[in-house]
Amino acid sequence: MSTVMTWIGSHADLVGRTMREHLVLCAVALGIVLATALPLGAALSRHPRATAVAVGAVNTLRTIPSLALLVIMLPVLGTGFLPSVVALTLYGLPAVLVNTTVGLAEVDRDVADAARGQGLSEPQILRRITVPLALPVILAGIRTSAVQIVSAATLAVFIGGGGLGELISSGMGLMDYGQLITGALLVALLAIATEAAFGVVQAALARRYGAAA
Amino acid sequence: MIRLERVSKTFPGTQRASVEALDLEVPDGTTCVLIGPSGCGKTTTLRMINRLIEPSSGRIIVEGVDVTHVDPVQLRRRIGYVIQSVGLFPHFTIGENVATVPNLLGWPKAKIEARVREMLALVGLDPAEFAARNPASLSGGQRQRVGVARALAADPPVMLMDEPFGAVDPVVRARLQREFAEILRRLGKTVIMVTHDIDEAIRMGDRVAIMREGRLVQYDPPERLLAAPADAFVADFVGSDRGLKRLTLIAGGDVALPGRPAGPAPAIAAEASLQTALSLMLSEGTDAVLLVGQDGLPAGHLTLTHIREVAAADHAAATSITCHGRQA
Ligand SMILES: Nc1ncnc2c1ncn2[C@@H]1O[C@H](COP(=O)(O)OP(=O)(O)O)[C@@H](O)[C@H]1O
Ligand SMILES: [Mg+2]
Repeated sequence: MSTVMTWIGSHADLVGRTMREHLVLCAVALGIVLATALPLGAALSRHPRATAVAVGAVNTLRTIPSLALLVIMLPVLGTGFLPSVVALTLYGLPAVLVNTTVGLAEVDRDVADAARGQGLSEPQILRRITVPLALPVILAGIRTSAVQIVSAATLAVFIGGGGLGELISSGMGLMDYGQLITGALLVALLAIATEAAFGVVQAALARRYGAAA
Repeated sequence: MIRLERVSKTFPGTQRASVEALDLEVPDGTTCVLIGPSGCGKTTTLRMINRLIEPSSGRIIVEGVDVTHVDPVQLRRRIGYVIQSVGLFPHFTIGENVATVPNLLGWPKAKIEARVREMLALVGLDPAEFAARNPASLSGGQRQRVGVARALAADPPVMLMDEPFGAVDPVVRARLQREFAEILRRLGKTVIMVTHDIDEAIRMGDRVAIMREGRLVQYDPPERLLAAPADAFVADFVGSDRGLKRLTLIAGGDVALPGRPAGPAPAIAAEASLQTALSLMLSEGTDAVLLVGQDGLPAGHLTLTHIREVAAADHAAATSITCHGRQA
């Protein structure tokens, strides 16, 4: 532990930069995931056939290892920030898309039907009934996706995307254990913190929406 | 008033029409019960009225307005809708569920709160106990009470009910039927209710519409349906005990003979039906019953012979409504 603290103390700039790169990479990727997967999932959930096809396709995407996904980006988009973001987005997309689609589709049909029958408009049904009821499932998907992205971003260094992976890879190259362990520890802490933060949000919403789980 | 004019519905991708050239008129303040075998088009008919399903052809007039000329969302806020599975919103309290339509209509908060209390009390649920509870904590019968309170909350002139008692056990069902029929009549609602239970149809309907394969086979008051089924299908549907069923529609007190029975006889409430009186005579081995009014005093009596005469006269009246008209 003291090796880590000493190492961080003497390389504050490097730690700060890689941490910042890592966070930006993750935030941008997660942002794109949410901006695409949430509306796409909502649209797909209305069509049972489309839901089945999309979930199947997306689960296939899920089986591709994260490193392979990053390397596939190389010939297509070259190296740097952009291909890293694209790879992480593809990596984080399935969890949110599947959970949004399935979560919304599985909200009791009779409840949505009753809402329509009482005179709620389609946007009102989505906003007041189906989304709140599907929220626990959707949030679980976002949580999984965020943690996956934070972990996978460690590999971005291999295609020039920077991030905390840089500490690990150069630590290995230089046989610098202080650097290596610092990198590994920070990635682990970041993943745990992400998991915990979304856990708090989930619990708060569960409380607000009562028996919605 | 609700009027259906040659309404048909053929779902995309199907060959046969689910509802075909249906004409139906339900006068203000009356209850029409739609009945028929599963898949005969009852639900489809009901859901075309509030445009959850769009008709393929024909016209539907509710309260003088062609429903296709109004926005469906606005239309549904003026039509109460109750379904078998109730469909309460699980993440709302019972009070919030009942407040759904008043909220949509933008009523002031105080008015909504008062209305929620009034509606819960109306359907027999203590507002103080139930308003803040979650739907998950209710029994099936209580859930349907909330469903009806929610449908009635904005005081719609028209109510559509699709097998509202289908999911509750028989004992509770009988109670709910009686209470809801009373509430709907008192509030003067125009009701179309779907059921597959002929006894429920006879008990609750001012008129009963029997459907078969998307078509209307007979549309008559219960007495006439039982006395003069239009064809073999209807006769079979209302059951071979239709003679006995007709007796459920007549209260003993309404046709009582004066005075007391000749010999010793069991007593029965004057508002009990002739069927109940007959059943009592058979089980007690007597040929007369004493009727007792709500004040506890004797209110005449019935005999086996008299019940037969009443049944015969009722049958004649129910089958010859047109003749009566001419004589008058
Ligand atoms: N959305 C739909 N698409 C295709 N066919 C349907 C649809 N809804 C109902 N039907 C068909 O229409 C017929 C009447 O259905 P329904 O009105 O639900 O019957 P009921 O309520 O009398 O049991 C049935 O044959 C049913 O299969
Ligand atoms: Mg039905």
